[in-house]
Amino acid sequence: MKLEEIAGKLNLRVLCCDEGLSREVRGGFVGDLLSDVMANSREGDLWITRQVHPNIVAVAVMKEHSAILLVQGGIPMEDTLSRARKEGVPILGTEINGFEAAGKIYGLMNP
Amino acid sequence: MSEIRYENFFPIEGGTFVNAGDVSSRIKSILKNLGIGSEVVRRAAIIAYESEINIVSYALRGNIRLSVTPDAVCIEAKDEGPGIPDIELAMQEGFSTATPMVREMGFGAGMGLSNIKKFSDSLEITSEVGQGTHVKTRINMAEAG
Repeated sequence: MKLEEIAGKLNLRVLCCDEGLSREVRGGFVGDLLSDVMANSREGDLWITRQVHPNIVAVAVMKEHSAILLVQGGIPMEDTLSRARKEGVPILGTEINGFEAAGKIYGLMNP
Repeated sequence: MSEIRYENFFPIEGGTFVNAGDVSSRIKSILKNLGIGSEVVRRAAIIAYESEINIVSYALRGNIRLSVTPDAVCIEAKDEGPGIPDIELAMQEGFSTATPMVREMGFGAGMGLSNIKKFSDSLEITSEVGQGTHVKTRINMAEAG
């Protein structure tokens, strides 16, 4: 499923890099422990997290995630946004929590 | 000992969290460009990342050596740092001596060394308290499809 379809249906805010909205989301992963995300997430995943510091971009680039979704109104640090722009990693945001976000996205992808 | 196809050293400064991941990202693209299989690249990237984070989190400075032979990808991390007094304890998942600041960023969950072990085919750790730590890993080309 395309990132823009998920973003549109769940009314997600695009915080960075809308040129990446045409990316394909192959799956998802929820996690705030970077080692866990590094070890267990997959290429093409939409990564759902509460972390907002610049290292999330490095992890998303390494794992070739389709995008990062910041939940519970998380606001990325300025450094995070500039890195994401440089690397072209879309960052989305929502007010809902990780549980709800994961559930809704899972539902969209597995109707 | 098989012939080395590629070798490089990457220096890493301790405490540079902003750049953490840069070296492992470079290692990943080097391996991809060498045409190494995607599963080996995936495992190598995880090992390189955890090694890099360990140096940034705990050491004054260190370096990562990447070497590629026809049989294996080897990642070796050497640092000048506090060393590990009890390696067996440090290998246990969940054990960590990371500072609260490091933990808040989502590092220091006590998964670093156990991930390095999990994703490598062989692992050798030597450490001297007050001197530093040397972590040698190998990923076999054949066994990792």
